Amino acid sequence: MRLEPIAHPSLVRQAGLPVAAVAATVAVAAALAALAGADPFAVLGQILTGAAGSKFALLETLNRATPLIFTGLAVAVAFRARLWNIGAEAQLYAGAIVAVLLGTGAVGAPLVLPLSALAAMAAGAALLLGPVALKVRFGVDEVVTTLLFNFIMLLFVSFLLEGPMMDPMGMGWPKSAALIPDARLPRIVEGLRLHWGFALALGAAVIVWLIQTRSTLGFEMRAVGANLRAARFAGMPVNAILLKTALLSGGLAALAGWSEVAGLKGHLSQDLSPGFGYTGIIVAMLALLHPLGVIVSALFVAGIFVGSDAMSRAAGVPTYIADMLLAVALLFMVLAILLTRFRVVRG
Amino acid sequence: MSLVAAAAEVVLRLDGISKRFGALLANDAISLSLRRGEVVALLGENGAGKTTLMNILFGHYLADAGSVEVFGRLLPPGHPRAALNAGVGMVHQHFTLADNLTVLDNIRLGTEPLLSVRGPQTARARISALSRDFGLAVPPDARVADLSVGERQRVEILKALFRDARILILDEPTAVLTPQEADALFATLRAATARGLSVIFISHKLHEVMAISDRCVVLRRGRVAGEAVTAETTRADLARLMVGDQLAETRVTPRVGGPARLRLRDATAPGLKPLTLDLCGGTITGLAGVSGNGQAALADLIGGALAPASGTMEIDGAPVAAWSTRRALAAGVGRIPEDRHRTGTVADFTLTENTALETYATRFARGPILDWPAVRAHADAIIAAYDVRCEGRDQRIRLLSGGNMQKLILGRVLEERPAILIANQPVRGLDVGAIAYVHGRLLDARDAGAAILLISEDLDEITGLSDVIHVMSGGRLSPPFRRGTLTQAEIGLRMAGQGFTDAA
Repeated sequence: MRLEPIAHPSLVRQAGLPVAAVAATVAVAAALAALAGADPFAVLGQILTGAAGSKFALLETLNRATPLIFTGLAVAVAFRARLWNIGAEAQLYAGAIVAVLLGTGAVGAPLVLPLSALAAMAAGAALLLGPVALKVRFGVDEVVTTLLFNFIMLLFVSFLLEGPMMDPMGMGWPKSAALIPDARLPRIVEGLRLHWGFALALGAAVIVWLIQTRSTLGFEMRAVGANLRAARFAGMPVNAILLKTALLSGGLAALAGWSEVAGLKGHLSQDLSPGFGYTGIIVAMLALLHPLGVIVSALFVAGIFVGSDAMSRAAGVPTYIADMLLAVALLFMVLAILLTRFRVVRG
Repeated sequence: MSLVAAAAEVVLRLDGISKRFGALLANDAISLSLRRGEVVALLGENGAGKTTLMNILFGHYLADAGSVEVFGRLLPPGHPRAALNAGVGMVHQHFTLADNLTVLDNIRLGTEPLLSVRGPQTARARISALSRDFGLAVPPDARVADLSVGERQRVEILKALFRDARILILDEPTAVLTPQEADALFATLRAATARGLSVIFISHKLHEVMAISDRCVVLRRGRVAGEAVTAETTRADLARLMVGDQLAETRVTPRVGGPARLRLRDATAPGLKPLTLDLCGGTITGLAGVSGNGQAALADLIGGALAPASGTMEIDGAPVAAWSTRRALAAGVGRIPEDRHRTGTVADFTLTENTALETYATRFARGPILDWPAVRAHADAIIAAYDVRCEGRDQRIRLLSGGNMQKLILGRVLEERPAILIANQPVRGLDVGAIAYVHGRLLDARDAGAAILLISEDLDEITGLSDVIHVMSGGRLSPPFRRGTLTQAEIGLRMAGQGFTDAA
C-alpha cells in the first residue's frame, strides 16, 4: 500500500473524514465500555449528559476547557513555527506561582488582577526563553529541555508548597495560602459557576488568530515553521522570531495556571493541573494548530473528561476511558487528516 | 542508428499509457518501444509527462489505461519492484546513495539479505567485472562522500547493472557533469549498448540527444508529439516538436560593461579562496563551474547570507560593513535562488504570501500589521506582468509547475529593480519555453542597467548569455574572459581545476 497525494481534495473528503473519525472514536468507546462490562449505549449517553446534559455539567465543561484553551493556544503558536514546546505544564505552574505571589496580599486592588496576569505571562515566557535561547544559540533540542523543565517545575512547586509558600493556616497540607478576594477572577454571571478566565481564553484565541493572520510577526512565525530555509534565505531574523514565538507561547501557557488559581481554585496545590500542559498538545493537534479551532477542540476534550467523570460515578467504568478516548480520537483525526491529503493506492 | 538495433527484439513496450491528475491529463495514450541495444531519447519540456511516464513504468503510479511490457511480459501495474525485477534500472538526476557508506556497500544495499552468508567478496568480484566491462572506474572501498559527482553517477549506473538491469533509464544524466565527464558517460553508454543493453535517455539538451541517441521520442503536453530517427532529424525540428511553434530564440548582443556596481577584492568566506570580482552595470557576468565548487558560497556572500571573512566588498564604491541578507536587499541586491522549492518559496504558502517573503517588512508593514490588500495587489501585478499561469493568487505555490514558480520568483525579484542580481541556476529544470522567458527577462534587466551574476552548470547557457565569463573550481575564481575568447573545451578544463596556477 502506498500514498498518492491529492491535489484538490473533494468537499466530501474534507468534511466526511473528520465525521468518520468521530464515529470511529465513538465505536471504540462503545467497545471499551462493553469490555468493562457496562452497557455501551448507556455509557456513551452518560458521557454525553455528563458533559453537556445540564447547566451544571455544561459550566463544568467550560471551566475545564479554559486552561486547555490557553495551553492549546500555547502549543499551537509554538508548533506553527516548528518550535516544539512540550513544556506548557511547567509554564502553567510558573503562572500559577505568580498568581499566588502577587495575589495573597502583596498587591492590592485594583491593580492586582492585571498586574498578576502580566507578571504570570512574563514568568511563563521567561521559562521558555531559556530552552529556546539554547536552541538558537547551540542547537540544543528544545523537545528535551522543555520536557525536562516540567519535572523540574513540578518538584519546585512541591518544594514551595512544603516550604516557603506553605499556607500557615493549612494544617500541614502542601498548599498555598488563599488568594485575597480582589485577586480572584469574578464570575461572568453572578450565581453561575463560570469565571472570567473562560472569556479571557476566548479573547486570547481571537488575538492569537489575528496575530497569525494579520501581523508581520504572524507571517514570520508561519514562514519559519513552514520552511525555515526559505525564511532564512528571505532575510527573516529567524532567531528573533523564534524567541518572540517562545515569549508568546510561554505567556499563553502561564495564563492557564494563572486563571486556574485566580478563577477556580483560589490557591496553589500540587494537583492544580492534571496534565493540562500535555493535554494542550492534543488540543492543538486536534485543532490542526488553528487558534480558533483550539476553542472547539478544547471544549471537546474537556467534555470527554467531565463526561467520563460523571459516567464513571454512575456506571462504574474507570475514568481511564477518557484518556483512551482522547488518544483514539487523536489517532483517528490524524488519520483522517492524512487521508484528506493522500489516497491509499494498493501495490 | 545501427541496423542491428532496428531489427532487434523489442525489450520494452509502453502501450497506450494514460494518466489523469484531476483536470490535468499528464499522459495521454503514450506508446513507446525500445529495442535491444538501442538508445532512445525521451525529450520534452517540464510537465510534458516524462516523469509521470517513468513513474508508471516503475509502478509508482497506477496508469488509468495502457500496459507496460518488459521482455515480452506484461508488468503487473502498481508494483514498484516489478520493473526492477524484470531488469529495468533507473539512474535519477538526484542520486540515491548513502554518503557515509562505501561504493561497495551502496551497490549491495538492498540487493542482499541483511544477514547474507556470502559476504561481500562475491559482490566485489562482480562489481570489478562490471566496472571493467563498461568502463565505469570507481574505487569500490571509497566512501561515496569522497567521490566526485561524475563518480557518483557511475556508482548509480553500476548499482543498476549489479541488479541485472538490461534496460537503463537515465534522467537528465548530464545535468551535473562537466563536458569531459559527459563524454565519458557517453562512452560508457556506447559500451553498454554494444553489450546488448538498452537505454532511455531523458534530456532536454538537444546536442546531447543528437550525439548519443538512435531514436528520439518527443513528448508535449502529455502526448507523443513526434518520433524520429536521430540521424534523419535536426535540432531545430526536435525543438519545434518540443514546444510547438512558440519557440522564440533568445537573441543576445554582447554589451560593453558599465561601471562596477559590486567589487570584491581578495574577499574570502568559508569555502572560498581569496577572490576578486567586478560586477558591472548592464553586464551579465557568467560563472561557469561544476556545482559544489564555491558557487553557493559566492552567491551567499553577495546575497548577504555570508559576511566576508577577509578582504573587501564594495557596492557602488562604498565598502560594506555589517553584511546581512536584509542589508543586501536594502543595497539593491536581488537573488534568484538555486533551489526554488527549498529556499525560494514556502510550498504551503499562497502565491500572494510568497511574493511578500522578502519585502513584507519593508514595503508592506504598517507598524506591526501586514497590509494584505497591498500585498494582494502586488501579487496580482506580478502574476499578470510575468505571465504566471495559476488558478489565482490564493493558490498554494506547491501546485505550480517549475516554470511558473520561477516566473513568480523572477517577478518578486525584478519588481524591486535590483542594481545587482544573482541568478543562481535560474533555468534549472525548466522547459524550453520557460527558459526562453527567463533568459529574455534577464537580458531586459541587463539592458535596464542591472549588474547580473549568472551562475549555471549549463555551459551553453553561460556562453550564450554572458558578456564576461569566470570559471570557478575548488573555491577559486578564474580571471574574467570576454565571451567568445575561450572554447567550451577550454572552459571545461578550467572547470576541472586546470589553469589556476596563478591563484593561491
